[in-house]
Amino acid sequence: MTMHEDALRRASSQGAWDRRTLLKTLGVGAVALAGVPALAACTGGSAPAASGGAKTVSFGSGSSDEVPKNAYKAVTDAFEKKSGIKVATNVVPHNDFQNKINTYLQGSPDDSFTWFAGYRMQYYADKGLLAPIDDVWEKIGGNYSDALKKASTGADGKMYLVPNYNYPWGFFYRKSLWAEKGYEVPTTFDELTALAKKMQGDGLIPIEFADKDGWPAMGTFDYLNMRLNGYQFHMDLTAHKESWDQKKVSDVFDTWKELLPYQNPNALGMTWQDSAKNLGDKKSGMYLLGSFLTQQYTDKTVADDIDFFPFPELAMEGQDAIEAPIDGLLLSKKGGQNQSAKDFLAYLGTPEGQDVYASVDSANIATAKGADTSKFTPLNKKMADAISNAKSISQFFDRDALPAMANNVMIPALQSFIKDGNVDVKNLEAQAKSLYAAQ
Amino acid sequence: MSTASDTTTAGARGARGAPARRVRRLSGRDKWVLGFMVGVPTLIQLVLVWIPTLLSAALSFTRWNGLSLSDIKGAGLANYQFIANDYPPFWPAVQHNVLWLVFLALVATPLGLLLAILLDQNIRGSKIYQSIFFTPVMLSLALIGVIWQLFYNRDSGLLNFLLGTAGTPQAVDWFGDSSVNIWAALLAATWRHAGYVMILYLAGLKGVDPTLREAAQIDGANAVQTFFRVIFPAMRPVNVIIIVITVIESLRAFDIVYVINRGTNGLELISALVIQNLVGEGQVIGVGSALAVILLVISLVPITFYLSRAFGKDKEA
Repeated sequence: MTMHEDALRRASSQGAWDRRTLLKTLGVGAVALAGVPALAACTGGSAPAASGGAKTVSFGSGSSDEVPKNAYKAVTDAFEKKSGIKVATNVVPHNDFQNKINTYLQGSPDDSFTWFAGYRMQYYADKGLLAPIDDVWEKIGGNYSDALKKASTGADGKMYLVPNYNYPWGFFYRKSLWAEKGYEVPTTFDELTALAKKMQGDGLIPIEFADKDGWPAMGTFDYLNMRLNGYQFHMDLTAHKESWDQKKVSDVFDTWKELLPYQNPNALGMTWQDSAKNLGDKKSGMYLLGSFLTQQYTDKTVADDIDFFPFPELAMEGQDAIEAPIDGLLLSKKGGQNQSAKDFLAYLGTPEGQDVYASVDSANIATAKGADTSKFTPLNKKMADAISNAKSISQFFDRDALPAMANNVMIPALQSFIKDGNVDVKNLEAQAKSLYAAQ
Repeated sequence: MSTASDTTTAGARGARGAPARRVRRLSGRDKWVLGFMVGVPTLIQLVLVWIPTLLSAALSFTRWNGLSLSDIKGAGLANYQFIANDYPPFWPAVQHNVLWLVFLALVATPLGLLLAILLDQNIRGSKIYQSIFFTPVMLSLALIGVIWQLFYNRDSGLLNFLLGTAGTPQAVDWFGDSSVNIWAALLAATWRHAGYVMILYLAGLKGVDPTLREAAQIDGANAVQTFFRVIFPAMRPVNVIIIVITVIESLRAFDIVYVINRGTNGLELISALVIQNLVGEGQVIGVGSALAVILLVISLVPITFYLSRAFGKDKEA
């Protein structure tokens, strides 16, 4: 009953049938049909929208892990002190935040929230759920490179993201172990497989690997695809401008088959944290992952012993392309009316704001020019160089592709590939066709 | 409910007899109360069950990203064709649901019955055992997930420790190996289901007339014969409920696999696929709705069976 009243009230005030009410109704129906315990739809429960003059900002954060959570706390504290504007932070567990983003943005989202660059941002901008922040970029634009500006731009040419940091994906390893065994950094794929073979002989798991959560394997796929077919093909494939049912794609999997025997055979039951432990314990030789991996090593002697090298060269473009996802802040549609929220974003876009973040979380690389690099560890410096020297920067499969393609198609396909080395590219194309058509 | 229907029958009888008297029987206030009592449940039913069900069914014939209503496009049977032909997790999910049903019916339910019979004997501490076996039924999904991770973890789990394989390459990867993880999940499901069934059967056993037992003993039946020939048939109403519960539990099985790995890699279930397609970033409303409709149609079979049994009995009586 209340639902109807609600809908009528909104419809009369907005002059349109209310989408959210219908959605709720449908959601209830779907859950009831499935006979599944209702997953509480989390819409943040944020503070009411602050209008222009109010000095408060609500900030929804999916950075729930210890290190980034504290880092954002440091940023909001510093901003509060500097501007006198109060920031109310709602921290939601990382995966939940991502899974509920649709309902979150359509419900009562916070003014500002943590999100990603690339298709994942453009998609919601395109649906009108985000507020453009061109005025913020007028202030902070000088702090960013063209590549970062491009990554922060929506399909409509307006700006939507303030990049905070990015982090490269690459092979991480323990220097002391490599020195002890006399391993050398491979620069070609053949050298990589030769090294892996040697490591296997030494009783190590050559390439650490975990895919219980489904997404980490996408990193291996992306790199093999970019090294075999080039950066542009990666972008076209994730945008489904290229078909999955072609030799270029099956070549990626065939090449991967050469690596499979060297990757941890128990990957499907392990999380990336489990694998990080193995690498730290010197049970495995190297690990292809994002640099957030280093957050796992709280023991300083281990953390200082970590180094990385870029994915070796394979068929084309050398090692020019690097996978380096960009994280930052967006404004919800509602937050666009709150000048304080824009001030908050502008603050994060300054070297000063990013330094505060980096002072707590050193696993990522600040994106603003002029951010303090004096505290960089040698590893940080190497990662920053790798990113700035790259000719093309890809995001990550699940950030460059349609979310449904990444979650519903790639995860099961890669898991079954890891299991038995088989993949049906024809079927991948059939699924892609159907899912991209639904958008 | 019963008051409402009683009043209705009374009113109907009055109508047949003398219309004038009916007016006196039902004052304006009565009518208002009656309307309220019939109206509210109907409305709740309509808003929470029928409208969503019908809308879901309607959406299963569309393509929609779940964001803007103007994006809804008709798709005919395309979603169903997609599920049957191109969606790899679907058929494994159907198989796993069937396996779930068979396992619950042949292992978990009999186990619950056995527990009930044992605890129905006047053994010491039977109340404590009852509580222990029933506890899993009351635990939240998150807690169950945590508990079973502790058992099953490959390197530090209790099971591999007991098997003496922890930390060795022979350690069983209970969650990651797709040939064993379904059994691991079924065991966790049994852990809950058996307690549920036990409580129902305990209640049923308490309700069996003790004189039946005595009569059977006087006739010289042993314990097993007494149970299977006399007690078990006497619990027919409970048995029907248990069958229906077992079927429904196997269809709605969800939480344990979702906690383990969100229903991928060997743990596909229809309900998990519904959620994957309806909730989260990978939202494809059309496909998710179509899966939900398929699940509904399958669920209707046991529900209809139960209802026809229940109402059929009423008629006999």
